[in-house]
Amino acid sequence: METIVIIGNGIAGVSAARHIRKLSDKRIIIVSAETDYFFSRTALMYVYMGHMKFEHIQPYENWFWEKNRIELVRGYVDHVDVANKKLLIDGSRALPYDNLVVATGSKPNKFGWPGQDLHGVQGLYSKQDLDLLEVNAPNKEVCKRAVIVGGGLIGIELAEMLRSRDIPVTFLVREKNFWNGVLPEGESKMINEHILEHHIDLRLATNLKEIVSDENGKVKSIIIAETGEELPCDMVGLTAGVTPNIDFLKDSGIELGRGVKVNRFLETSAKDVYAIGDCAEQHVAIGYRRPIEPVWYTGRMMCETLAQTLCGNRIEYKPGHWFNSAKFLDIEYQTYGWVFSERGRKDYEAQFHWRHPKEKICVTISFHNDTQQFLGINTFGIRMRHEVFDRWLTENRDMDYVIEHLIDANFDPEFYKHHEAAIVAQYNAEFNKQVKSRKKSLKRIFVSS
Amino acid sequence: MSTYDRSMSLAGPPANIQWHQKLSILLGMFGLCIILLAGFNVEFPNRGLWLTTALTSIFAGTVWFSWDLYRGKYPGIKNDKVWFRSISNLGLGGWLLGIGITAFYIILYFYPEYLGLAKKGPNTGIIALFDPLSKMLSGNPASQWFVYGTLYTVGILAFGIKFMWKYRHNRYERIRTMSVMFFQTAFAFLIPEFMARLNGSSVLQGGSLPFLDLKNIWPLNYYNFESYRVKGFLSSGDIGFAMLIFAIASVFVITPFLTYKFGKRWYCSWVCGCGGLAETVGDSFRQLSDKSVRAWNIERWVVHSVVVFVTLMTTAVIYSYLGNDTSKYWLTKKTFLIGVGVLLTAVFALVMIFKRDEFKKDAKYGAIGYLIVILALIGFHFYSGDGHVFLFQSGTLRKSYSFLIGSIFSGVIGTGFYPILGNRGWCRFGCPMAAMMGFQQRLFSRFRITTNGGQCISCGNCSTYCEMGIDVRAYAQKGENIVRSSCVGCGICSAVCPRGVLKLENGPQKGRIDANQVLLGNDVDLMNLVNQK
Ligand SMILES: Cc1cc2nc3c(=O)[nH]c(=O)nc-3n(C[C@H](O)[C@H](O)[C@H](O)COP(=O)(O)OP(=O)(O)OC[C@H]3O[C@@H](n4cnc5c(N)ncnc54)[C@H](O)[C@@H]3O)c2cc1C
Ligand code: SF4
Ligand code: SF4
Repeated sequence: METIVIIGNGIAGVSAARHIRKLSDKRIIIVSAETDYFFSRTALMYVYMGHMKFEHIQPYENWFWEKNRIELVRGYVDHVDVANKKLLIDGSRALPYDNLVVATGSKPNKFGWPGQDLHGVQGLYSKQDLDLLEVNAPNKEVCKRAVIVGGGLIGIELAEMLRSRDIPVTFLVREKNFWNGVLPEGESKMINEHILEHHIDLRLATNLKEIVSDENGKVKSIIIAETGEELPCDMVGLTAGVTPNIDFLKDSGIELGRGVKVNRFLETSAKDVYAIGDCAEQHVAIGYRRPIEPVWYTGRMMCETLAQTLCGNRIEYKPGHWFNSAKFLDIEYQTYGWVFSERGRKDYEAQFHWRHPKEKICVTISFHNDTQQFLGINTFGIRMRHEVFDRWLTENRDMDYVIEHLIDANFDPEFYKHHEAAIVAQYNAEFNKQVKSRKKSLKRIFVSS
Repeated sequence: MSTYDRSMSLAGPPANIQWHQKLSILLGMFGLCIILLAGFNVEFPNRGLWLTTALTSIFAGTVWFSWDLYRGKYPGIKNDKVWFRSISNLGLGGWLLGIGITAFYIILYFYPEYLGLAKKGPNTGIIALFDPLSKMLSGNPASQWFVYGTLYTVGILAFGIKFMWKYRHNRYERIRTMSVMFFQTAFAFLIPEFMARLNGSSVLQGGSLPFLDLKNIWPLNYYNFESYRVKGFLSSGDIGFAMLIFAIASVFVITPFLTYKFGKRWYCSWVCGCGGLAETVGDSFRQLSDKSVRAWNIERWVVHSVVVFVTLMTTAVIYSYLGNDTSKYWLTKKTFLIGVGVLLTAVFALVMIFKRDEFKKDAKYGAIGYLIVILALIGFHFYSGDGHVFLFQSGTLRKSYSFLIGSIFSGVIGTGFYPILGNRGWCRFGCPMAAMMGFQQRLFSRFRITTNGGQCISCGNCSTYCEMGIDVRAYAQKGENIVRSSCVGCGICSAVCPRGVLKLENGPQKGRIDANQVLLGNDVDLMNLVNQK
């Protein structure tokens, strides 16, 4: 029987195993170092905050694996021998494979800051990082102040976590506004305000110069590059992005860039070796996507394709329209299609921005300057329907149509206040139009079913 | 150093937070102590005043405490530290509280004399303390049920306010909670008491109505069609007759219609008193429900057995007081039994004809089994004599139902075990009303929880906070809608989801459960391919 070995039991590796099992009877072995069972990395924060216990963030009960004949091996792969189709686990055990799937995810970036390896300095990626955080910052008595370096999605999650235990947090963000490499300015600024509302000491356009040690090799303070100010602290969180976790492949002969290089079939340069999830790097970026896409959803999508390929139906990885979501403290964020920040803005891209006069709710819709074609939407504090936007993007709808039917896309819970009227009014005023909001139609919404 | 100080004050909690909490707890405890002292037969000179003080302190203490808990916090999900507190994580605190409430229920149901219920003469103890209020409302002295009803209502109101603060960003939760608070106060508490005043009056043509909470529908209200009640209705003129008709229509028309339109949530999360208590007083325990597949299996067996039990029991009870002679009463023993048989068979046949495919295999076997049992037992009747129904004495059947299900299950275990089984233990494992509506919700209803395409990150908040123990995530992460018979539509899964994945809504039945509609983000060709399987 053919044996498929998967390295990494994250969302990518596990979804691959599940899909392969659905399509075939092949032997499936998952080797992973971090934990015995798959857990949801995206939910680590909720364990520290006390919303859930660690067992709750494991999406499958423990009997699931045996029942589906997915063999789990706990161990670290040090070496892949592609010539003999063998792995070496923990320096001792050899494991042969017929097909190998590399799904080893990422690790936190470290940019060579002085003091980055001191005690009390850590990233937030793994279960081990979570355990370490309980040591470094169990409460506000042990950790009188924490400093977070890097204003991305993980940084703001870490800030929220620490604040849930009343630990004072200073948040160093390199950009002029929070996450404004991705978000248009209006949205970035709204999030700035919200961060301050949560009593987080947000320092914009601020870089870390060095982390200072006390006599025991533990962090004592940090120094800010711009001002030279020294901030005493007991914990430093490094959350300035992630890089593929592929050092163990360096001598394997598999072609590597920042990640494991793959083609559109997710095949690496070595025969019968594939890579998926955070650690895969496309030779050529797909559409506006980046060559490496370290998000939950792409890992999951790649598996559906790869499972087909491994089960005899070789097909290309073709992600559909881009979507993503996150939560900034109390504000939910969703995006469908492409809305670029000032930095990445295309010359044909125009944007329409509406913000609620009082509450932290806003919407940005981007469209093509000449054709008026709808390109994408960012929403904050309003939930939107994935299916509807996906359809509109496929159908190349124009801006007027989207504005007119925006109510169909609303996904807020029942009885929520609607903002479509205000949005339409501002759109009409700004672009000198006479668009009227349609009535919500279940027929249109559920058209595909 | 200056910045350090500045944000310390920003970040530090207001200094008075501590004493607010302590005082509010003290105030609530004071109220409870008055009642407890009355229980030890401490004589209060002015009972009306002391009762008012006690109830006001409990109410105000709870509301003050919750105000202090949520004030100054930005609206949003407030589940920090839930699993760190021993009261809400199955720790010692939870067990002690569970034992405490259980003990209260045992006294209430089986030893009301300890609460001061007197068989003859005036009440004493706690019940006497409640006499003034009862006399004011209905004109009668209090009973243990009046005491319980009053505390129950105060609980729903005070903790309802807490719940509305906790979810103040979520209008679905706020409006729903106002609804349960209203139905509890008006329908369960005040109206029946007022109606008692009418007993014997000319409005009822001299008859007297049984105590009736109009929203309490059979089979939850398993005794509603017992002989003494039906006699009471029929003796009370047009009003009594209208109420009987309403009680019957509730079962056969209103409930199926509303469940079709909105799912069973219209009752379980908007109207029902058991649900009301669970959602308000029990809210802090919702995360304790067991999500394992094993628990789900147990749930299905137990709750459906209760349905069979209550159907048998009610049939038996009604049967036993009907006559054989059509001239006295149009409904005779025989026509009644035939009616029940025809109805059950009709329902079963309809399901089999129209919903065969949606019915999972095991449920099908279960249904067939149960149907045979019921029909067989009805068959037995023709071989059994008067007073006996089927194989049993109808009185015995009724008594054991009322003891096992009515008292032990719904009260002692259902509420007493909040801190152990979660707040909906009864609703999930025991309530026959929920099971019957659930059956309909699964097969004939417009209600579903829509999963928002591929946005789920499998975090598990939804499953953890589902009080009915539904593994919501298992569906959401596959892009499937959630159509589960046990879902009471509380909306919490949707509220706690950090990615806006879930929406409770009513829509066309077509495609409601279609697992083929998965939109996880891949392009259309692959979707088609995956769906062909
Ligand atoms: C705190 C946090 C929050 C996030 N939130 C979101 C979010 O909201 N939305 C979103 O889209 N994305 C989010 N992400 C990103 C998302 O979690 C990742 O994109 C995703 O988990 C990657 O999955 P993966 O399967 O590729 O890799 P991983 O989940 O990293 O799994 C790889 C596994 O392989 C193991 N491994 C690595 N090397 C070896 C080896 N040599 N031998 C054996 N085992 C090995 C690792 O220990 C790990 O367990 C978040 C990430 C973090 C850290
Ligand atoms: S599935 Fe959601 S709405 Fe239904 S009972 Fe569970 S938490 Fe409530
Ligand atoms: S809470 Fe939302 S994101 Fe989390 S598992 Fe449930 S549906 Fe998915």
